[in-house]
Amino acid sequence: MVSVVSVMNGEQPAKQPAAAPVGHARGHSLTVRNLVPFYGKRQAVRPVNLDIPPCQITAIIGPSGCGKSTMLRCLNRMHEMVAQARVEGTVWLDHEDIYAAGVDPRLVRRKIGMVFQHPAVLHTRSIYENVAIGPRMSGITRRRELDDLVEHSLHQAALWHEVQDRLKHPARMLSGGQQQRLSIARTLAIAPDVILFDEPCAALDPIATSKIEELLVALRSDYTLVIVTHNLQQAVRISDRTAVFMIDRDAKDYIGSLVEVNDTAEVFSNPQDPRTQDYISGRVG
Amino acid sequence: MISSVKASAPRNYRQTTTINLTMQTLLVVATLLAVAPLLWITGYVLVVGGSALKLSFLTKDYEAPELATEGEVIEGFPGVEHQGFERDERDGPNLDFVARGGVLHGIVGTMIITGLALIIVVPIGLMAGVFLAEYPDTWVTVVVRFACDVLTGAPSIVVGVVAYVLLVRHLGFSALAGSLALTFLMVPTITRTTEEMLKLVPMTIRDAATALGSPLWYATFTVVLPAALPGIVTGVMLAFARGAGETAPLILTAFGNHTLSFDVFGPMHALPLIVYRFTDSPFPSEHTYAWGGAFVLTMIVLGANILVRVVTAYTQVKGR
Repeated sequence: MVSVVSVMNGEQPAKQPAAAPVGHARGHSLTVRNLVPFYGKRQAVRPVNLDIPPCQITAIIGPSGCGKSTMLRCLNRMHEMVAQARVEGTVWLDHEDIYAAGVDPRLVRRKIGMVFQHPAVLHTRSIYENVAIGPRMSGITRRRELDDLVEHSLHQAALWHEVQDRLKHPARMLSGGQQQRLSIARTLAIAPDVILFDEPCAALDPIATSKIEELLVALRSDYTLVIVTHNLQQAVRISDRTAVFMIDRDAKDYIGSLVEVNDTAEVFSNPQDPRTQDYISGRVG
Repeated sequence: MISSVKASAPRNYRQTTTINLTMQTLLVVATLLAVAPLLWITGYVLVVGGSALKLSFLTKDYEAPELATEGEVIEGFPGVEHQGFERDERDGPNLDFVARGGVLHGIVGTMIITGLALIIVVPIGLMAGVFLAEYPDTWVTVVVRFACDVLTGAPSIVVGVVAYVLLVRHLGFSALAGSLALTFLMVPTITRTTEEMLKLVPMTIRDAATALGSPLWYATFTVVLPAALPGIVTGVMLAFARGAGETAPLILTAFGNHTLSFDVFGPMHALPLIVYRFTDSPFPSEHTYAWGGAFVLTMIVLGANILVRVVTAYTQVKGR
């Protein structure tokens, strides 16, 4: 098992999708326990307990402002980058507490990658450089090694055949959908175990969206994926499990909470919580 | 027949139209009033200073005024030719002397003094700007920002006096002391523009870098700073223009020197100093130095600005 601690001790993490981590046949799981994100004094979400199984797609859905993205950003310690923000509770990557004292958040983020709604591709740099930036950051300088990594990552992101002839061209030449796949390749290049997606298709047209969805389904066999989406059909199409976040309409504190987690088919065909039922039938949100 | 569009005009239509027209006129007049002095000053400098310009003006340093030879055109007084040496004291200014020197020593001095100041100030200003923009606000950032704003408005003569007391009294007049005095005036410009430009870089780029496990310094220097580069370069140019145009601190530090000098530990001339010293010269022909110096200084600042614009546009470094 590749642990954050072993990386900290300087051991080279080898990508080993078939290796058996503790407790699972393959892949890596996230376990969220009593997680409460705060912005200053304001609590954003009621305590969350959530099991994210390995090599599956977990969708997080819910109306705007219910704390989905905040929750997601807690999973790789991005939340604390916001001024005044802090987190109570813990998240376990397999059997390792990523919020334990002495764990460097930077190393956590290398194991748990993130893709945003905005691809944040560096427009003036080449396509190649955009993918190589992560490996370069971790000290890989040998040309051959970088070339291989970039090609492999672009293959994985289903972008290689579209860009292989123009790797040196600036990335601004790519379309929105291609840029989003480039940002996924950039994340894959640092060999994470888990990848978090924060509304990756919100700014894309249906064709680009379906390409990203195909890509996510293909990546599922090797990576644990979590996706925040406003698109309920997207959750139905690609996810294995669905977590529903809602704001309590009766409570006046506007704190979001996790109301239901189950297999996606079950959530959408037979919701247990009335709030979920209202949301997926379009009565609220 | 009245068209329905015209008929639909509301009751206060005429009133709002009049107000609109009045305001527009006022805005145009105000803009013209604001721009007119600028155009007037630069135009005057270009016309009068430009007429003083010939090649020797750029290639020679100071030469003491000499008696004119008959028929020689008195520089700075276009169209006036020397009429010989019989003149009455009451005829007006003494036009018997001509200034045949140039301002090369001033050009070189300005380049050395502001160049040296830039070398000192760019790293400091950049780092301070990054600190203000990228690191969380604490009482330290508040103090630094406030100090910068105060320094922006500090009278330059005060900076000169401080440099005089601290440096010149011990080490003598020197170009280096002038550079150091200028750094105080240039640092706030670079710091604050760097900060403002960095804050314009979208958070999404920082987020993406953070999500790759990037440390803050790496993201700042490889991703955020390049994105803000054109704006930061503009800030550096503004600082250069400010430094190149400052006179008061240089009077008390670099002092001035009529010969071409490359010795930064000794007194050195600079274009604004030349403008200052020769404006009230008893030899009217020496006013040429002031006008010509002003012209060259304007051209240097203008040229540097254009050059930087062209280069940044050409290399297509765009802030996202």
